[in-house]
Amino acid sequence: MSAQDEICHLRTPLVEKERTYKQISDDVLNTLEKGPSKYWLIGFTVAVLTLTLGVTSIGYQIATGIGTWGLNKTIGWSWDITNFVFWVGIGHAGTLISAILLIFRQKWRTSINRAAEAMTLFAVCCAGIYPLIHMGRPWLAFWMFPYPNSRGSLWLNFRSPLLWDVFAISTYLTVSAVFWYIGLIPDLAAIRDRTTSKLRKKIFGVISLGWDGANRTWHRYEILCLILAGLATPLVLSVHTIVSFDFATSVIPGWHTTIFPPYFVAGAVFSGFGMVLTLLIVTRKLMNFEHYITVNHIESMCKVLILTGSMVGLAYGTEFFIAWYSGNPYERFTFINRATGPYAWAYWIMVSCNVISPQLLWFKKLRTNLVFVFILSIFVNIGMWFERFVIITTSLHRDYLPSSWAMYSPTWVEICEFIGSFGLFFTLFLLFIRFLPAIAVSEVKGVYKFAQKKN
Amino acid sequence: MQKQSFLIGIFDDEQKLVDSTRHMVGKNYKIHEIYTPFPVHGLDDLMGVERSRLPYVTFLAGGTGLLIGLLGQVFVSSVSWPINVGGKAFASIPAFIPIIFELTVLIGALSTVAAFFYCTKLFPGKKVQVLDKRQTDDKFIMALEKIDLKEDDQTVMDLLKNQGAVEVMVKEL
Repeated sequence: MSAQDEICHLRTPLVEKERTYKQISDDVLNTLEKGPSKYWLIGFTVAVLTLTLGVTSIGYQIATGIGTWGLNKTIGWSWDITNFVFWVGIGHAGTLISAILLIFRQKWRTSINRAAEAMTLFAVCCAGIYPLIHMGRPWLAFWMFPYPNSRGSLWLNFRSPLLWDVFAISTYLTVSAVFWYIGLIPDLAAIRDRTTSKLRKKIFGVISLGWDGANRTWHRYEILCLILAGLATPLVLSVHTIVSFDFATSVIPGWHTTIFPPYFVAGAVFSGFGMVLTLLIVTRKLMNFEHYITVNHIESMCKVLILTGSMVGLAYGTEFFIAWYSGNPYERFTFINRATGPYAWAYWIMVSCNVISPQLLWFKKLRTNLVFVFILSIFVNIGMWFERFVIITTSLHRDYLPSSWAMYSPTWVEICEFIGSFGLFFTLFLLFIRFLPAIAVSEVKGVYKFAQKKN
Repeated sequence: MQKQSFLIGIFDDEQKLVDSTRHMVGKNYKIHEIYTPFPVHGLDDLMGVERSRLPYVTFLAGGTGLLIGLLGQVFVSSVSWPINVGGKAFASIPAFIPIIFELTVLIGALSTVAAFFYCTKLFPGKKVQVLDKRQTDDKFIMALEKIDLKEDDQTVMDLLKNQGAVEVMVKEL
C-alpha cells in the first residue's frame, strides 16, 4: 500500500455512495432533463410573487421620491445601506469557497462551490439595487463611472470610499461571474453531449464554446483557474474592506474605527456561510444531492461558522473596549447607548445570534444535526442583518446634538423592497438549480477517487 | 476542411489511460490528443505539453491595470481638474490605492480569460465534433492520427487493447 492510499483511508470519502463516473453525471445532470418538481414550482411562484412586490414598491419609490423611506435629518442612512451591506456580505462565501479553498487545496469544496458561487452573484445583484435606488434618479447611474463629459470634464472624487465601492463591487461582480462561467464550461459541454432535446443541444452548444475536453485545453484551464483564484482571493478581502471604509473613513463615533476592515471581512464570511448552509441544506434534499453534499460538508462549513463567529465576537468586544479605553466621551456614549439605549433590543439580538449561537456548534452532535444547523443558519442570517442595522442606525440616531436625536422606523416601501430583494435572490437561485448543473460535475469526478475505499 | 482520420482507444479508467500513455510514448508513438471528462494529472508531462504562459499575460495585464489606475487618477486630480482641499496634495497616492488595486485585478483577470479563449480557440457557437460523445461524461479517449502511424491499424489496435482500452476504432473527423 502506497503512502497516498494510507492517507486516503484516514479521510472520509467526499462522495458517500459508490458511484461510477457515468452515475455522477446522471445524478446531477438528469435533474435538468426532467420537468420541474412540485416543490420547485411552489417555491418559484412564491419567489416571483415577492419579486413582483419588490419591483412594484421600487417603481412607486422612484416615481414618488426618497421621501417614501423613513429616513430623517438625523438618520440619513438606514435600511438602504443595511440591506446593501447585508447582501454584499452574503456574497462573500461563494468566492471564498471557490478561490481560497482552491488555493488551500480543500477538496471538499468541489460539490458546493458551484451553488455557492451562483449564490454570490445573485447576492451581489441584490446588493447593487440599493445604491441604485437610493440615487433617486437611477437612470443617471452612469455618472458613477469616470468618462469624459460635457460638464467641463468634471471628474469623480477618487478619494471617496463610496466611489471605491463602485469599483470594488463592479470588479467583484465581473470577476466572480467570469470565474463561475469558466467553471461551468466543461459541464455545459457534458450537457450538450448527453441531452436528447434539440433546443437544449443548440443552446448548450453555443454556450459551451466548443469545449471538447482535450488535455492541452485542460492544462491551460487548470492554470487559468488557479490564476483567477489567486486574483479573486485578495479581491474578496478587498471588497468588504472597502465597504467598511464607507463607515471607517467618516468621523462618526461608532463608525470611525480602525478594526472595521478585518471585522467586516470576518462578518461577511460568517454571514455568507450562514446563507450557503440555509440554501444547501434545502437544495440537497430538493435535488437529491445527499450523497454529494454530505453531512461532512455541512460539518466543515459549521466549523467555518465557529471560527468566523468567534472572530466577530472578538471584534465586538475589542470595539467596546477601545471605545472605553480611548477616553473619548462621544465614542463611549455611542457604545453604551448601543447596548442600553432605545435600540438595545437590536444589539442583543445581534450578540445572541452572532456570538452565542454559533458556539453551540462546538458539539459534534449538534453540527451533524441538519435541522439544528438549518435553524442556526437562519439565526446567523438574522444576526448579521442586525449587526449592520446596529452599526449604521444606532451610531447615527443620537449624534452630538441632543436636540436632533431621533428614532427611525422603516416605512412599508422599505419593508416591501427588502422582501422583494429576497424574491429576486430566490428567483435567480431557483432558475439556476433548474437550468444549470448545481454541482460541478467535472470537479467532483476529479476528486471522486480521493478517499474512496479501494476494493 | 480536409478530413482527418484517427485511431482511437477508449479507456474507462484514468490510471489505465496514464499507464497506456506512458507505454505508447515509450514506444515512440505520436499521440495526437487525449480527451478526458476531467483533468487527469500526469498526462501533461508524458505528452510533453509545455507549461502554459498564461501567468505572463496576467502579470503584464495586471501591471497595465495598475498603471491605468495610478496614472489616470493622478492625471484627473492634479492635471485635468486640480481641487485645492485645505492645501492637501493633489496627487494623494494612498487614497488612490483601492481603485488601483481593483483595476489591477479586473484587467488582469479579464485579459487572462481572453488569452485563454484565444489560445484554446474556444468561442461561443464554435462547431465542435467530438470523437466520442462519452468523452465529456465517463470515457477517456486517446487519439492517434493515422498519418503518424507506421504500423497497420490492427497492430496498434491490439496494442491499445492490451493496455486496457475497452474499445478501439477508426474515426474520421
